[in-house]
Amino acid sequence: MTPRRTLTALLAAMVLVLTPSFGLAVDDPAEMLPDPQAESRAEAIGAQLRCLVCQNESIEDSSAGLARDLRRVVREHVAKGESNQQIMDWMVSRYGAFIRLRPAFSLGTLLLWSMPALALLIGCAAAFVFYRRRATAPPPPPLTEDEKARLASLTKDGPA
Amino acid sequence: MTTPPSPPTRRRLLMALPLVGVGAVGVGFWKMLSGMQNGAFNPHDINAPVLDRPVPDCTLPGLPPQDGFGTAELRALTAPVLVNFFASWCIPCLAEMPTLMTLKDRLPLWGIAYKDKPDNAAGFLRHSGNPFTRLGQDSAGRVGIDWGISGVPESFLVGPGGIIRWHSAAPLTEDTITSTILPLAQKLRTP
Repeated sequence: MTPRRTLTALLAAMVLVLTPSFGLAVDDPAEMLPDPQAESRAEAIGAQLRCLVCQNESIEDSSAGLARDLRRVVREHVAKGESNQQIMDWMVSRYGAFIRLRPAFSLGTLLLWSMPALALLIGCAAAFVFYRRRATAPPPPPLTEDEKARLASLTKDGPA
Repeated sequence: MTTPPSPPTRRRLLMALPLVGVGAVGVGFWKMLSGMQNGAFNPHDINAPVLDRPVPDCTLPGLPPQDGFGTAELRALTAPVLVNFFASWCIPCLAEMPTLMTLKDRLPLWGIAYKDKPDNAAGFLRHSGNPFTRLGQDSAGRVGIDWGISGVPESFLVGPGGIIRWHSAAPLTEDTITSTILPLAQKLRTP
């Protein structure tokens, strides 16, 4: 086999392996919108909506009956010319924020996402205060006569 | 030997702080877990948005000989009604039916046959008993989406004026009825 042939075979194998990932959505061609641009928009919206039956799949990936109904609803709204935001709001008003696979930005999610940074900041602040207080602590009092004598006796026959 | 510069009480307080934090988190987790056990907290619970809102716009054709209903009838309510989505193809609905039969004399029940053929729904009710005073059909499942249901059976307690006051995405049990639905319905009757 010439190098070029090997390469071709390799490419063909890769194409074969990768092909199924483009056809995963269970869309029946009959439920697709005639306008490819509108259809791809509907698919993009559907990919962000949780299937409430399977809970960890988007409605575009799910074969549940409810997911099929919701796909149809999304396409109807797209055909009516609604914006992505309008369609998302319509879904959230019925099913709550849980239907969004990617949570919306809100005070709650901001707090959630910034929690690691916040914890680090609080930790750093606490460490800073702690170490500064130790650095500025007064030096220990000098040894008393008794302690000096004890220290001398301890070190007299210490390690030679 | 260094002696601590801060008074011992303060130091002890600072040392207790992480313990208190861990304790608070522990109590939170314990509440969550015990809530999951007794049903007060369900992390998979969906669609709280319908609560305390008027029923969505809908008109449901009846399943002969029973009358259907819609927003107009629900908004005209003066006493609470339990609206139950069911389907003949749904096993939990079949299991729930005896409970609904015991409930029908204590609270009016209105049924919605969700994505069901009229013949199948009628046969199902003939077989299991029919607790519903009104019976609507949602054959396309679109009304279900407007109400925010994700499966059957689901029940909604609709109060006077057609305001949804309570919702369950699980089959009703005698326990839910006596501990939650009936007291709530009683409260809605006497405002």
